[in-house]
Formats: sequence, structure tokens, C-alpha cells
Amino acid sequence: MPLVAAAGRLFLTFLAAAGRLTAFTAVAVSNAFLPPSYPRQIARQMFEIGYLSLPVVGLTAIFTGMVLALQSHTGFARFAAEGAVATVVVLSMTRELGPVLAGLMVAGRVGAAMAAEIGTMRVTEQIDALTTLSTNPYKYLIAPRLIAGLLMLPLLVLVADVIGVFGGYLIGTYKLGFNPATYISRTWEFLEPVDVFSGLVKAAVFGFLISLMGCYHGFHSKGGAQGVGAATTTAVVSASILILTFNYIITELFFAR
Amino acid sequence: MTPKIQLTDVHKSFGPKKVLDGITVDLPAGQSLVVIGGSGSGKSVLLKCILGLMRPETGSIKIDGEEVVGLPQRERERVLRKFGMLFQGGALFDSLTVWENVAFGLIQGQRMRRAEARERALAKLAAVGLAADVAELWPAELSGGMQKRVALARAIASEPEIIFFDEPTTGLDPIMADVINNLIVDCVKQLGATTISITHDMHSARKIADRMAMIYKGRLTWVGPAAEIDASGNPYVDQFIHGRAEGPITMELRR
Ligand SMILES: Nc1ncnc2c1ncn2[C@@H]1O[C@H](COP(=O)(O)OP(=O)(O)O)[C@@H](O)[C@H]1O
Ligand SMILES: [Mg+2]
Repeated sequence: MPLVAAAGRLFLTFLAAAGRLTAFTAVAVSNAFLPPSYPRQIARQMFEIGYLSLPVVGLTAIFTGMVLALQSHTGFARFAAEGAVATVVVLSMTRELGPVLAGLMVAGRVGAAMAAEIGTMRVTEQIDALTTLSTNPYKYLIAPRLIAGLLMLPLLVLVADVIGVFGGYLIGTYKLGFNPATYISRTWEFLEPVDVFSGLVKAAVFGFLISLMGCYHGFHSKGGAQGVGAATTTAVVSASILILTFNYIITELFFAR
Repeated sequence: MTPKIQLTDVHKSFGPKKVLDGITVDLPAGQSLVVIGGSGSGKSVLLKCILGLMRPETGSIKIDGEEVVGLPQRERERVLRKFGMLFQGGALFDSLTVWENVAFGLIQGQRMRRAEARERALAKLAAVGLAADVAELWPAELSGGMQKRVALARAIASEPEIIFFDEPTTGLDPIMADVINNLIVDCVKQLGATTISITHDMHSARKIADRMAMIYKGRLTWVGPAAEIDASGNPYVDQFIHGRAEGPITMELRR
């Protein structure tokens, strides 16, 4: 039964990895709530994650909003539903594409940078040095990144929502011939608080996951530059997969009846 | 008097590989022990076990008579306040400037005010022969010798009772190596610290050591006063200090 044995081994490896990740998360989160905390580090991470991600998230959002308007207009023309363009744009942005695309872009930008930075600190013994200087690396390195990820992603997504809707508005009014006032009122007409709120919840979860993956894989990287490179790739890939998985789960929790 | 550092039968393995295989040694307060031994013989692992960065499988490690193996995090932080460590590669924080590196233990560990910690850092930098204009540079902008000196300043900044030096002179030119040796001797004398240094540079070892120990195959094959190293009667020590390829220590070369 070599196949069963192999499957069993794979399952055990998976369980061990899941156990390690859970333990890491528990230690990191509990350390985030216990004093001392490092406000300077939190501020720096908020700047890195929030402010420096604005250009890439903004660009993603505007083109997404524009293409949504164009696609839904040409598609919906087939059953004479062009009027729904504004609604489709705003619902798609706030509920799905804002959080997911911002999450994926930030995972590529920030998750990779975190894994590389922390991984380098690990292999050059800077994390050991932190410990010997009586500083808990979970508090100093990990907790600020988790907190910053959790807080900044919702803000980024809010910005993405607005810019995406604006992109749709540009195409809608300049190219598809909507009356600006009509387009705007259509945008608001069917929008409900839960659409935006669910997107922000997703964003907070994604932000936490991005930081968690960046920190976890960086923290456990070994063996020099190659190890750090591997950690960086793994951090981005695992964060992206987790984002898509949790996107489904959260959607189900909010909207499935 | 209780020894400052006391190791009893310390074992540490990585998987099937035994790195420390029963290390026993005492170090009285104020003494300076130099551990010599080949690359990969477990010298750094020994220091990391004492610091609690790695946990030995069995054996006891006592600092001032207090057992430290398996201490919980908070207790560990308290014990670590007694220590300063100069890492093999320097391990300077590359996201912080030179003075912030030196002041790190003071600001984060002891919660000293930044302005005050900066003054202390500048004084320590001066003590290792670095001018104040270096303070604002980033570690990446420094030469190897300067990085070692900054790392040394960081290790002594909190005026610890125990200082570890992991290969402080490896990779430096002979003159810079001697400068570092002198700095170590001066700093240690001034602080009255207990130290363990690791090196495979015999010149450096002779300069720093009160006592010497040689690690081979996970054990200390010889421990004795530094002055007796040349008359140890131990074939491993003799081979090492004379740097001979022939002798009881055989490098596992694959052909
Ligand atoms: N974290 C680790 N994981 C696995 N093996 C390690 C680890 N740290 C050290 N080793 C192994 O332990 C041995 C001793 O390493 P080390 O103490 O760094 O040697 P050195 O005497 O040159 O300082 C080496 O063979 C090394 O491969
Ligand atoms: Mg070493």
C-alpha cells in the first residue's frame, strides 16, 4: 500500500505545518496584546503597508472600475440591461474586486518584502541579536506587522472602492454616454451598507493573512540567500491562496442564505 | 563561591547529528575563557545554548547558580540583561543607524530615553575608536572592521556582567584583528566582565584568555590555564595550535 502510506505521510506533514502555523499565530497574537508594545514600529509598518501601497492599489482600482463598466455595458446590451452598469460597478468593487485585487496586489508588494526582510534578519542572526538585547522578536517584529496589516488594508480598500467607482463613472459618462447625475444616483440606488462593510471585513482578514504569511515564512527561513528567496515566494503564494479561500468563506458567511 | 557560568553535561543534536556531546565547564566571575576548535565543531551552538537561543536536550546550565535551561520567556529576558553578545557576522540591524544599533538594548530593553541613550551610544562608539560622524551612518555603509567595532560597542553598551565574543577577529586583516583584540581586553578589564570568546585565531586567543578550552567532537578535550596551552600534552590541542594537517584530528575529506 505505498500509495496509502504516501498519502498518510503527506497528511501528517500537512498537520505538522498547520500546527506550527497555529502555534506561531497564537504566540504572535497574544504578544500583540501584552505590553510592551512598539508604537514606532507599528507606525512605520502602517506607513509601509498603507501609504506606500496607495499607487499600486489606486492603479489597479481605476482600471478595474473602467473595465467593469465597459464589460458590463457590452455584455448587458445583449439583454437590454445597460442601465445596470453603475450598480454592477459599485457592487463588484465593494463586495469583491476591491478587497480581492487590493489584497493580491498588497500580498505581492508587502508580503514579499516582509518575508525578505524578516528572513534576512533570521539568517544574519539579527533575530537572535534582538533576543539577546532583551527584546521579544514577536513583539518587536511580528506584532506591529500584523496590527498594521489588519488596520491598513480596510483603509486601502475604501480608497480602492472610491477610485474604482470613479473609473466606472469616467467610462460610463465619457464613453458610454450616461448622464453624470443618473450614473451617480444609480450608483447609490441599490448600494447597501453591508456591501461596503463585508468588503472591509474581507480586507481586514486579508491584511492579517498577508502579514502573517510574510512574517511566518520569513521567521522560519533557513540557509542563506536561497532560503530567503524561497520564503519570499512561499509567502506570496500562500497569502494569495489564503486570500482567495477566505474570500469565498467570508462571502458565504455574509450573503449565502 | 558559585561559578558565574556552570555547564554540566550539556547535549545538543540536530536530528541525528550530535553537535554537543556532554560539555562540562565552570567559569568563575571575572574570568575570560577562550574556546578554540575547528569550523563546525559547535562553538557557536555552545554560546547559543547558554543564551537560551537554542535549547539543549539534556544537561544543566547555571548562571550565578540559577538554572536557565527551559526558563519561560519573561524570566529569560531578565537573565539576558546580564549578557552582551558579539555575533559572528556582527548581526547589526540594517534598518537602524549605527547609534540606534548601539543604543538598542538601552532604548528597547531598558526603556531609556532616546536622547540619553544616544549620549551613551556615542560614548561607547568613542570607546571602540569610532568618531561621532559614524553614528548617523547605516551599517551597510561601514567596512568589515568598522562593523565589528559597532557590534562590539553594542555588546558592551548596557555594561553587561557576562560578554560572549563569537569569532571577533575572523575575516579581518591582522592589524584590525589586533585592534579588536586590544579593544576586547580593555573593555573587559574596565567592566570586570566574565567572558567567553570563540576563535580559531591563536594570536587572539593568547591575548584574551585567562583560561582556554578546546572543543572537539562535541566535547571539551582540554581545559586549562591559558599559560599552559603550549604544554598541554594533549595531541589535539598541539595539532590545533600549530595548525598541522597531520595528527589525531582528521578532516573528513571526500575524494
Ligand atoms: N540551526 C541549526 N540547524 C541545524 N544544524 C545546525 C544549526 N546550527 C548549527 N548547526 C550545525 O551544528 C554544527 C556546529 O555549528 P556551529 O556551532 O555554528 O560551528 P562553529 O564551531 O563553526 O561555530 C554545524 O555542523 C552546523 O551545521
Ligand atoms: Mg561559529
